[in-house]
Amino acid sequence: MAQIVVKNVRKMFGDFTAVRESSFTIEDGEFFMLLGPSGCGKTTTLRMIAGLELPTSGEIYLDGEEISQRPPSERDIAFVFQMFALYPHMNVRKNISYPLISQGMPRAAVKAKVEEVAGILGINDILDSPVGGLSGGDRQRVALGRAIVREPKAFMMDEPLGALDAEFREHMAEELRALHDRMGATTVYVTHDQLEAMQMGDKIVVMNNAVIEQFGTPQEIYDKPATMFVADFIGSPSMNFLPFEGKVEPGSEMVRLNGHDEAVPRLMEGAEGDLVFGVRPEHVFLSDGSEYRARVLAAEYLGTTQIVTLQSPNGELKARIDAREVVNPGESVGLQFRSPAVTLFEKSTGRALRSALNDEVLSNG
Amino acid sequence: MSSFSVTEPSNRSKWIAGFLVITYALITMIPLVWILLTGFKSPADAISYPPKVVFDPTLEGYVNLFTTRTRQTQEFLEANPPQNWADEIVRQYDMVIVGPSKFGERFMNSVIIGFGSTFLSIFLGTLAAYAFSRFKVPLKDDLLFFILSTRMMPPVAVAIPIFLMFRNLGLSDTHLGMILLYTGVNISLAVWLLKGFIDEIPREYEEAALIDGYTRFQAFYKVVLPQAATGIASTAIFCLIFAWNEYAFAVLLTSANAQTAPPFIPTIIGIGGLDWPAVAAGATIFLIPVMIFTILMRKHLLRGITFGAVRK
Repeated sequence: MAQIVVKNVRKMFGDFTAVRESSFTIEDGEFFMLLGPSGCGKTTTLRMIAGLELPTSGEIYLDGEEISQRPPSERDIAFVFQMFALYPHMNVRKNISYPLISQGMPRAAVKAKVEEVAGILGINDILDSPVGGLSGGDRQRVALGRAIVREPKAFMMDEPLGALDAEFREHMAEELRALHDRMGATTVYVTHDQLEAMQMGDKIVVMNNAVIEQFGTPQEIYDKPATMFVADFIGSPSMNFLPFEGKVEPGSEMVRLNGHDEAVPRLMEGAEGDLVFGVRPEHVFLSDGSEYRARVLAAEYLGTTQIVTLQSPNGELKARIDAREVVNPGESVGLQFRSPAVTLFEKSTGRALRSALNDEVLSNG
Repeated sequence: MSSFSVTEPSNRSKWIAGFLVITYALITMIPLVWILLTGFKSPADAISYPPKVVFDPTLEGYVNLFTTRTRQTQEFLEANPPQNWADEIVRQYDMVIVGPSKFGERFMNSVIIGFGSTFLSIFLGTLAAYAFSRFKVPLKDDLLFFILSTRMMPPVAVAIPIFLMFRNLGLSDTHLGMILLYTGVNISLAVWLLKGFIDEIPREYEEAALIDGYTRFQAFYKVVLPQAATGIASTAIFCLIFAWNEYAFAVLLTSANAQTAPPFIPTIIGIGGLDWPAVAAGATIFLIPVMIFTILMRKHLLRGITFGAVRK
């Protein structure tokens, strides 16, 4: 198992930049998520680590060894494709044993190894079936079997759950995570599903437009977003953005939002002009005492909580509140924000201002 | 139930459909059946009017196809009794068999040139199609168009330049020359058809093989080729049928040595009058290899022709 270091990697397709200078480190045994909308460069990054694309510039280290220009066969990395890419002309056993055959492993050893892997994945009974008739879940397991059978240094997974139906996806996600914990293998996993990333990942890299927006644990990324893009992309419903014009000084713990003072985590830097007050829906409370008023537009009942859509002087926002609170569309309510969880952004760059909340995280990134 | 739902057809419509299909099959098969029958007729029956459907079958046509004969005097015929059944057939015209005809040789030429050029077209075409499908080839579109342009001219238009080239290169009337020529014509078809088939094979299969420790070439022949078998089979049939039936180039560029069957069969007419049964016999035998080849490839062909129609 291995540590993977990606250093200043860049990929151009002709004039198109797929990945801009990117650097991050995947520690040994980590379940690492590459998250972002489609076309953001996450799959290209994954393919560069695996060797299916060669970076235009930059270095990739696998266990300290520079591998960025080597063919995939010399990297000892396994890859699970979104559509599984099981060899259609071979049965399950042949598919799983194929990587071992290329290594020239003796037949008896191959057979034993395949049986062992099939046992781990619970697919012994389908070993001699053709892959054509398998269910989505079994295809997924065979693809995983083909990946784990040769005990590679690291696993690359390109949206492996994307081809499964929603119901089964949940189950397979758990199975994948359990498999990872059991094997302790370094895994790099590409997804556009932020829930999947939060649920399964040890660390997440959020990419957008060929650029890494943030790199950190799920908690850091959720609670301390480095950019408006990350704040918007992670979480459902996403973070509320209340635009306002003003000036903030380093050290200040207050901003003026439409004539009201709102507490914020102590700022480490100042800014002036168009700013954005970012607060997650669960950090918005209805409070009759508050002078910051908003009108209720709608309420969605979700069982334990409800999502209330409100019209405030700074624009629309959503609050996630207890389902038992009674709110009626049209009524006017006071709003309160949980100030330690507030992030301020510079509107023009989308960058989060450094504060007591996020200083440590932003210094890493 | 909506009017678009698929229902099991009624018995009556199944009967009608079956009847129509059989009728159509019979109509298209009439010329084939007629050639087959004519091969077993005597020359008189073959040209009788109204045409005879019921007749005394004879192997005269086949004997005439495979032999050369000469007329002999009565004394000679009486002194030399017939050696075998074929001899007996030609005796009724006071003839004796003096040797085999050129047909066997011409037929073998067709086999060598037809299958040789098909193999070469498929071999080169598959490699080229794979490269066009998977790699960044400079001027890809222009090259593909250029390849196709070899098929745009009728043979007559290029026959003279090719004739001169072949003469200077010593390829006139050789098997190699004809194999190269038919390959040149077929390769455009092969590249275009095979590129379509290979385009449909997801790249992930090869990438999986690359990841699994195989080289690009191993990935190509262990993973892509089996997937492309359908396309290769149907392309091979098209190439073979073209090379097998080609007449214009064959008649212009071959004569004594590498002449194929298509230009040879009409020359039978000239040997001792209008010998239609022999021509029909030649045509019948000529059909057999393509038929066998097509039947062998049939399961691939059916999927090949409808390829892409069904999303896998």
